[in-house]
Amino acid sequence: MKDFIIPQFPPGDDRDMGTPAKTGAPVTLTVDGFPVTVPEGTSVMRAAAEAGIMVPKLCASDNLEAFGSCRLCVVEIEGRRGTPASCTTPVQEGMVVHTQTSKIKRLRKGVMELYISDHPLDCLTCAANGDCELQDAAGQVGLRDVRYTPGDNHFDPSGTGARSQSEARLRMPVDHANPRYVPKDESNPYFTFDPSKCIVCSRCVRACEEVQGTFALTIEGRGFDSKVSAGTAADDFLTSDCVSCGACVQACPTATLQEKSVIELGTPERSVITTCAYCGVGCSFKAELNGDQLVRMVPYKHGKANRGHSCVKGRFAYGYANHKDRILKPMIRENIEDPWREVEWDEALKFAADRMKGLQDKHGRRSIGVITSSRCTNEETYLVQKLARGVFLNNNTDTCARVCHSPTGYGLGKTFGTSAGTQDFDSVEKTDVVVIIGANPTDGHPVFASRLKKRLRQGAKLIVVDPRRTDIVRSAHVEAAHHLPLRPGTNVAVVTAMAHVIVTEGLMDEGYIRERCDWDEFQHYAEFVSQDRHSPEAVEALTQVPAKDLREAARLYATGGNGAIYYGLGVTEHSQGSTTVMGIANLAMLTGNVGREGVGVNPLRGQNNVQGSCDMGSFPHELPGYRHVKLPDVRAIFEKAWGVEIDPEPGLRIPNMLDAAVEGTFKGLYCQGEDILQSDPDTHHVAAGLKAMECVIVHDLFLNETANYAHVFLPGSSFLEKEGTFTNAERRINRVRKVMAPLNGYEDWEVTQLLANAMGASWHYTHASQIMDEIAATTPSFSGVSFDMLEEKGSVQWPCNEDAPDGTPTMHVDHFVSGKGHFIVTEYLATDERTGPRFPLLLTTGRILSQYNVGAQTRRTENVIWHPEDILEIHPHDAEQRGVNEGDWVRLASRSGETTLRATLTDRVAPGVVYTTFHHPATQANVVTTDFSDWATNCPEYKVTAVQISPSNGPTDWQESYDAQAQQSRRILPAAE
Amino acid sequence: MHPNAPAPTTEDIRAIAAPLASLEGPLLPMLHAVQEAYGHVPEAAVPVLSDILNLGRAEVHGVISFYHDFRKAPAGKHILKICRAEACQAMGGNGLAQATLDKLGIDWHGTTPNGAVTVEPVYCLGMCACAPAAMLDDKVVARLDDARMDRLLKEAGA
Repeated sequence: MKDFIIPQFPPGDDRDMGTPAKTGAPVTLTVDGFPVTVPEGTSVMRAAAEAGIMVPKLCASDNLEAFGSCRLCVVEIEGRRGTPASCTTPVQEGMVVHTQTSKIKRLRKGVMELYISDHPLDCLTCAANGDCELQDAAGQVGLRDVRYTPGDNHFDPSGTGARSQSEARLRMPVDHANPRYVPKDESNPYFTFDPSKCIVCSRCVRACEEVQGTFALTIEGRGFDSKVSAGTAADDFLTSDCVSCGACVQACPTATLQEKSVIELGTPERSVITTCAYCGVGCSFKAELNGDQLVRMVPYKHGKANRGHSCVKGRFAYGYANHKDRILKPMIRENIEDPWREVEWDEALKFAADRMKGLQDKHGRRSIGVITSSRCTNEETYLVQKLARGVFLNNNTDTCARVCHSPTGYGLGKTFGTSAGTQDFDSVEKTDVVVIIGANPTDGHPVFASRLKKRLRQGAKLIVVDPRRTDIVRSAHVEAAHHLPLRPGTNVAVVTAMAHVIVTEGLMDEGYIRERCDWDEFQHYAEFVSQDRHSPEAVEALTQVPAKDLREAARLYATGGNGAIYYGLGVTEHSQGSTTVMGIANLAMLTGNVGREGVGVNPLRGQNNVQGSCDMGSFPHELPGYRHVKLPDVRAIFEKAWGVEIDPEPGLRIPNMLDAAVEGTFKGLYCQGEDILQSDPDTHHVAAGLKAMECVIVHDLFLNETANYAHVFLPGSSFLEKEGTFTNAERRINRVRKVMAPLNGYEDWEVTQLLANAMGASWHYTHASQIMDEIAATTPSFSGVSFDMLEEKGSVQWPCNEDAPDGTPTMHVDHFVSGKGHFIVTEYLATDERTGPRFPLLLTTGRILSQYNVGAQTRRTENVIWHPEDILEIHPHDAEQRGVNEGDWVRLASRSGETTLRATLTDRVAPGVVYTTFHHPATQANVVTTDFSDWATNCPEYKVTAVQISPSNGPTDWQESYDAQAQQSRRILPAAE
Repeated sequence: MHPNAPAPTTEDIRAIAAPLASLEGPLLPMLHAVQEAYGHVPEAAVPVLSDILNLGRAEVHGVISFYHDFRKAPAGKHILKICRAEACQAMGGNGLAQATLDKLGIDWHGTTPNGAVTVEPVYCLGMCACAPAAMLDDKVVARLDDARMDRLLKEAGA
C-alpha cells in the first residue's frame, strides 16, 4: 500500500483539485488502475486529481463545496449502478473507479453539446481564449460537433440563428431582436459581467457566499430562464451588495465574469508570486504579466494568510503603480517656497548628504533622524534604522507604528513577553467565541473577515466591542451574540468589568493560571478587579454599555470554548491604549485562552509590514528583535557587525522630533514611505515642525502632503519593483518578488544605501537577500530565515531559529516567552480630552473597505467610485438638534482645528458620537484630532476627540490656505537642458 | 389590493412578515403572507425581508423569482390558471386555452381591461383523470369545455 501522503506538487503548481481537502482516516481506492490513498470524506474527483487524473468538470472548484450540477464529472464505480458525479461522491475503501469508459465518454459529450448549444462560438475573439474551462472541457471530452440547430438561446443578440456573436452583428447590427439576450454589465470598474456567455454553473454565487461571505449574488428565475443576478432585478453589480473582492471573477470558468484588464491587455503569459502591499493580512498573489506589463493580480491559493482569497484593494487597486502622478526623477530645492528642480541621482544625494552632515556639524549628532516605513520591506526598514544608528550615529528612528500599534508592542511585551499576536490566521477555523474589540475587519482586514465570517456561519459566537455598529455586528448570515456599544475612550473600564465578572463569578481557569502565570500577581490583580467599582453595574453610567449585556458577554467568552480576541486601532489609539492591550492579555490569561490553536490575542495590524518595521528596530529605544538599546551586549552585536559605536541613549519618537523641531533642536529628517502630515494627529503642529526643519528628505512614490515641506524628493519604487519580505499580522514573513524593473531606477533599499554612502558609509549590498542574512545573523528570532529558506517553504512565522526551525504558528504553547504570564492592574483613567458645552460630541475615526489609510494609493485607482470623499456619520437625533440634513456640508471643529465635510445620518453611531474616515487630504480629518497620546508609547489618541458640528456652506480658511500652499509647493521646474 | 391603492410601506410589510420570523424556514410563509395582503410581492419587500431574516437581498430575490406564483405586480380580481401539462394537452387543453385567451383579447399573464381576470398557465393540477382542468382562484375545475369555461368567466365577471 502506498504511504498516506498527499502528493506535493512543484512550487507554483496551483491546479484545481475539484473539491476541498478533507482531514480524516486514510482510505485507499483505485482510479483507472492506479491506487490512491486520501483522507476519509474526500471526493472521488479529488482522489483522482491526487493521482494525477483530472476528471472533466465545470461546476466544481476546490475552494467551494461540491455542488453536483454540471453532470460532466460523471464516473463509473464498480458494483454501483449508474454514473454518479465524482464531485459529490465520497471515496470508500476498496472502491474501483473508472473515469474513461465508452458510456461515460458518450454521456459527457452529450452534456457538453447541450452546454455549447447555448454558448456563442466566438472563442478566437473571446477575452478568456486560452483561459477558459468551458473550452478546456470541450477539448477534454472530444466535442467535435454540435448537432442542435440554433433555437431559443441567450447569446445571439440578433435572434437570427447566428452561432456566434460576431456573426450576429453582421446579420443585424442592433442588439434587440432576442429578448433573452442581456447585454454586458460594465458597472464595476474592474470587471464585466456578460450573461450571454454564462453556463449557470453557480460558481460565482457560491464563491460570493462560501468564500467571501457577502451573499451579493443569486440565481434568478428557474429552468431556461435561470441567470446570475447581482442583487435584485433593479440592481447592477455596482448597486448590489458586491464588495468587488474578485472571488466570483476568479471562480468563473468562462468569460462571463472577466477582468477589464484582461479584456484590454490579453491573457497573461507569465506569473510571479508575491505579497500584497496593502493591509496587515499579507495576502499572497500571483502577479500575472505580459512582458513587464502587469495584466492582473490573482490571489495565490497556497498563500497561507489568505488561502486563495483577496479583497478589492489587493486584487484590483494596483493602478497607482503606473499613475501619472508618480515621480520618477529625484528633485531638490533650497527652500520649501521654491519650485522643485529635477536633478540626477548624484546631485540629489550629494545635496541631501551635504545638508544632513552640515546640520549635524552645526547642531550636533542628534539633530537629525529618520522615519521608517511600514509599507516598505523588512530589508529596507532595517537599512533605514541602520542609517540612523550606523551613519547618523544616533537613535532618532521611529515609524508609523508609533501612531497605530505601539501600545500592542508595549502591552503584549509586558504581559506575554513578546510584542506580537499569538496565532496564525488559520487559528480562526478552530475558534468557538470571537471577541472583536475596536476593529472593523470587514473594512480594514477584509480577507481575514471573510475567513472569520465563514467560521461564524459554522456556529462560532461573536462579541463585538465597538462604539459603532460595524458591518460584522450584523450582515447576511452573521450576527453578533453581543454588541457592546461603548462610549469612546472607555475601553479600559469595559475590559476590566469583563474581568470583574469572570473573577467574581469564578469563571477563570485556575489550573491554567497557577501553572502558566505568576500566582502572586494574579491574586493582586484578582483583588483589584473584584472591587465593586469595577462591576458592570458600577461602570454602566460611564461606559454606556448595559451591565446585563456586558455580564453575558464576559460569561460567553469565559465559558464558550476556545475564545479568541482580535483587536485593532480602536484599542490602541487612546490615551490608555497600552492599558487596554494589557487588559485584553489579562482576559486571555484569566480564561486560559493563550497557547493553542483557536484562541489567543491577535492585533489586526494596519499595514502590510507594520509588524516587520517594528521587528526591524524602527523604534528609538530598540534594536532589531525588540532589544533595548541601553543593553551593552545587544549593542555589541551590532557594533561588531557595523563597525561603529552605537549611541546608548534612546532617540526621539515622532512627536518628540516635531516638538524638538519647533524648539529648534531637530533640523533634518529622512522620511521613507510615510505621509506624516496627513496621517499624524494635529496637522497644524506637524506642519509647524516640518516647516522648522532645514532638510526634509521625502522618499516616496508621490509628492505626498509631507513633501510640501520637503527639500529633497527621492523617488520610490512600488512593491512590484523590488525584492524583499513583508511580515504580516500573524508574524508571517512573506516574500515580495520583483515583478518588473523599478521605474525610478532603484529599489528603495538601494536608494537608502546610496544616501548612506553619500554620507560616508561604505555599504555594499547587491541584493536584498544579503540584508536578510545580516538580520538573521544579528537577531535571534530571525536566525533561521533566509531567502533560500523562504523559497523552499513559501513563508515562515517568526521566531524561526534553532528552537523552531519551521517557525512558530502559535506562540506561548508550553510557557510564555517571558516565563510566567504577568497580570497587570488596569486602572481606568479618563482621557484629558473631555466633552463640554463648546465641544459636546465625541469624534472617532476609522477606515473604509475601498480606501487605504491616507489614500495615496487607492485615491489614484478606480476605487474612488465607492468612496469619493470622507463623510461624517452622525446620529439623526444629534443632526436634528443642529439642523443638519442628509448630505449637508458641516463644519467639524475641535480644540485643535476645524474642517468641513458632508454628513450622513445613521444610527450606526450612538447619540453623542460622530465618525469619519481620514482618506482624503481635502478633508484632513487630523486637523481636528488632538495631540493627546498613550501614556506609555505616545500613540496618538485618534479615536477620541471632543467636537462640535454645525451647518456650513464651504471649506474652512485652513482648507483653502492649505490647498493654496500645497499647489504652490508642488510646482516642478522643467528639467534644465 | 386595488390597483390604485398606495404602495405598501416598509412598516406595513414588516408588520406582516415579522411575526412569522420564528417559524422554521420562514421566508416562504412571509412571501405568501405579503402576497396575500397585497396581491403581489412588491420590490420594497426584498430589503425588509432580508433585514428581518438577515439574508442577502440577492437571496430573497432569488427565491421570489424562482416561484412563478409570486407576482411582481397585482393581478386582476380573479386569477384563472389553465393547465398546460401533457394530460390536459392530450384532451384538447391547448385549443381551449387559446380560445379563452382570444375571447378575452389577452395573452398569457394578461389581465382583462376591466381588471376582473388574469390568466396564467399552470403545469399540472393533479386532475389528469378528468382533463382538461383549470383553477379559478382556489377552486379547481375539471372536464372543461367551451361552455363550462364561458360560465366560469361569467362567474368571474370577465
